[in-house]
Amino acid sequence: MKDLRTISVTVNGTPYSREVETRRTLADFLRLDLKLTGTHLGCEHGACGACTVRVEGEAVRSCLMLAVQTNGKSVATVEGLAKDGKLTPMQNQFWEKHGLQCGFCTPGILMTMTEFLEENPDPTESEVRDALSGNICRCTGYQAIVDAVLATAAQARGEQ
Amino acid sequence: MQMRSFGQSIKRKEDPAFLTGKGRYVDDIELPNMAHAAFVRSPLAHAKIKSIDASAARAMDGVIAVITYHELPETLRQRRLPLVVPVESLTNPRLPYTLARDEVCYVGEAIAIVVAENRYIAEDAVAQVMVDLEPLGVVADCRAGLLEGAPRSHLGADSNIAATMPSVTGDIDAAFSNARHVFKESIFQHRGGAFFMECRGAIAHYDQFSENLLVYVSSQGVHRIKRSFHELFDIQDSKLRIVTPDVGGGFGPKGSYYVEYGAVAAASMATGRPVKWIEDRRENFVATHQERDQYWDVEIAVDENAKILGVRGTLTHDNGAYTPWGIVLPWISVATVPGPYVIPAYDMTLISVITNKVPTTPVRGAGRPQAVFVMERLLERVAKELGLDPAEVRRRNFIKPEQMPYDVGVIFRDGRPVVYDSGDYPKCQEVALEAINYEAFAERQKAALSEGRYIGIGIGNAVEATGLGPYEGVTVRIGTNGNITAYTGATPQGQAHKTTLAQIVADHFGVSIDAVTVETGDTSNISFGIGTFASRTAVNAGSSAHLAGQAVATKVREIAAQLLEVEPDDIELTDGVARVKGPSNRFKTLRELAVYSLGKPGFSLAPGMTPGLENTAYFTPTQSSYANGTSVAEVEVDVETGRVHINRLVMSHDCGRVINPMVVDGQVVGGVAHGVGNALFERMVHDDQAQPLSTNFGEYMLPLAADVPRVEIHHQETASPNNPLGVKGAGEGGTIPTIVAIVNAVANALAPLGVHIAEAPLSPQRIIQLIDEAKARSVA
Ligand code: FES
Ligand code: FES
Repeated sequence: MKDLRTISVTVNGTPYSREVETRRTLADFLRLDLKLTGTHLGCEHGACGACTVRVEGEAVRSCLMLAVQTNGKSVATVEGLAKDGKLTPMQNQFWEKHGLQCGFCTPGILMTMTEFLEENPDPTESEVRDALSGNICRCTGYQAIVDAVLATAAQARGEQ
Repeated sequence: MQMRSFGQSIKRKEDPAFLTGKGRYVDDIELPNMAHAAFVRSPLAHAKIKSIDASAARAMDGVIAVITYHELPETLRQRRLPLVVPVESLTNPRLPYTLARDEVCYVGEAIAIVVAENRYIAEDAVAQVMVDLEPLGVVADCRAGLLEGAPRSHLGADSNIAATMPSVTGDIDAAFSNARHVFKESIFQHRGGAFFMECRGAIAHYDQFSENLLVYVSSQGVHRIKRSFHELFDIQDSKLRIVTPDVGGGFGPKGSYYVEYGAVAAASMATGRPVKWIEDRRENFVATHQERDQYWDVEIAVDENAKILGVRGTLTHDNGAYTPWGIVLPWISVATVPGPYVIPAYDMTLISVITNKVPTTPVRGAGRPQAVFVMERLLERVAKELGLDPAEVRRRNFIKPEQMPYDVGVIFRDGRPVVYDSGDYPKCQEVALEAINYEAFAERQKAALSEGRYIGIGIGNAVEATGLGPYEGVTVRIGTNGNITAYTGATPQGQAHKTTLAQIVADHFGVSIDAVTVETGDTSNISFGIGTFASRTAVNAGSSAHLAGQAVATKVREIAAQLLEVEPDDIELTDGVARVKGPSNRFKTLRELAVYSLGKPGFSLAPGMTPGLENTAYFTPTQSSYANGTSVAEVEVDVETGRVHINRLVMSHDCGRVINPMVVDGQVVGGVAHGVGNALFERMVHDDQAQPLSTNFGEYMLPLAADVPRVEIHHQETASPNNPLGVKGAGEGGTIPTIVAIVNAVANALAPLGVHIAEAPLSPQRIIQLIDEAKARSVA
């Protein structure tokens, strides 16, 4: 027996109202119901961070959250970062510094690191590495990601 | 030809889409009326299938079909998966059916495919398929599989040995009987799996009206997958198309054809609907190929000056349950042991053992890290026994640049003798040692030790066969809108082919890379292809891009010269036009030339002219191009907790001429991180019934940002003479020497405690155990 609920969620500023199965994850809701496929699934058990989105500003793993838990809340995904085709400073730094290869981990990392820099605008390298340690990247060895995040922070502080 | 892009760190064409969530991976593709699949897999490592009852699953709401071996199309019931690389010494090849027929040979082997309206229902239904299994004896370890009376990993097999193959050069008996010193080591090495972030996945769309089969698959090369489909299904060439969209990492295992792909196609044929299967992470741990175990029993003979006289021994290799790639993996291992050293006599026998575990095929490095580990541990042993500096022992044995090309004397897995084409191995090591201030390390170590801190330094040197043949093709075509497009069978998984190949082509036309589009991963774009693995794309596809680009540019010049009534040499190509050199400002646009080159309907082409601005090149290297590298690690080991901290890691690397330094650095750093994982973290754990115990990222540890060091890279650029660009491969060079560099550093740090290390990976628990064992030895 399907257990259905109707939820209202604002995603990247756009309000949506949808009927969903209560067991539907937030990740599947975004990917399948809203066709926002930028949020990726790398493990579905909360370990890789690829599925990270922000709910009410807080970075969460959308594979571990149910869609119904976001009822009445706002969700931000990677699709909402660039505005009018203009990349955010962090996206630009990832491009400059070669902070991505296959790009599969990238959306989750961008969402995690965007929140991190809001909370810690002047981090050390080791703080960045610690904050990044919930996101797995198999391609880059992290170095270029760390450099991109540090450069974004420096830029925001007007040092670059 | 002006050089504008080649050699420059140009930002990648791929990135804007990836950064904004517009990447298109296989799971992002949705076809109308698509159904979703999940697999019933074996819970046992070896068992007979007595019966399968799918009636309850079939009766569930939303379930469309449950397909077992018996419901497969006839050709799939007759044919097992094709053997990709048959060789004579593979006397006991083993290949699976698409779905297990009467026997399962590893945990995770596919037994049935369930097709449902969505993935949630498909997974619910999997749990309702009742499979009655009768357990059989299990070969859980490759050495145990060789013991007398060991169970057989396959029913009815005479032996568990897939292949035995010697690699021999020189007079090994003389080398050992004349040697001043002989040292023996027994070395265990384990590498886990690839663990790309995007799991495997495929969508099959069989159109019953046209009888066309279209398969989207997350792969490292569409043409070999197409070939397997061809061999398994009776489908006409024109009706089969394989497409690989963006791929979230490959590292080797996505280069294989897997049973799931055929099963998904069969499901689409049976249901008349497109069927999608996306591997979940647990399946990825049990059903995607890995590398796992190698046991090496080796000895080295040296003279009184630590000069190597010979190396001999055996490699016992865990092949897993099937042999899709034959013995490619252990063969690469035995051919890589000699590395950058002069080894007058060599005799290594590989024994590949069929076990009841998921098959092993190449993962980034492809058996080479293990080979390098063996050689470098032996040299450490020589240094220790003879009281010499490890770097000096290596210096005394290096092949010198003036000895190039250097014939190692063994045969590589491409059937060609291992002949190093170029490289300066002594210099490569010196650069790394200097960068890390090796000379002063002994002092640093002494000072640290006096404070009770255990620091150590370790070296790894490697030579790597890259750019393996047979070929990779590139078609360059200029459309009548003036656009330049390059089509290739080389399929990227993050390596930036769309940028680097564009750099090569752009230079022939004097345009920026934005003017060149690179299309990959579609069998309808180019007739043949091999795919991306073995660090082969820069050499093979790169050279083809160069040759095809050059040919089209030549034709552009010829046609423009004809129309502008000058000689072809008077034409230069810049910014999308072919212009007459000098001040005249007479030119033709690429667009005009492309239109002209097609001819006018009803008119004859100009004499001698072939239609279109198009050329296809299939560059075929005569042999591998040999890249080389030195990794030097400095670590600190916490002897209370066993934790290893990598203080510094220097990588000196020669991959020939570099197309895009930023991209190469990215490959090297990523490769080093993989090496860190293999040295310290990654381990597939199985129990004695070959039941995998590490099937998620909590139990299997990948290196995280806080675990990997900043990599300090130093490039040499020794152009390879084997291809027109002088390039060599770069995708695996970071991984190969790094594992042993870290382990050597740990061994060096713990040397004062009498610890001997002959294995990887080294977990903290294992390090504590090794320290305790050393203590016990010293007390005894
Ligand atoms: S998919 Fe959610 S953490 Fe990995
Ligand atoms: S870029 Fe491939 S996993 Fe991070």
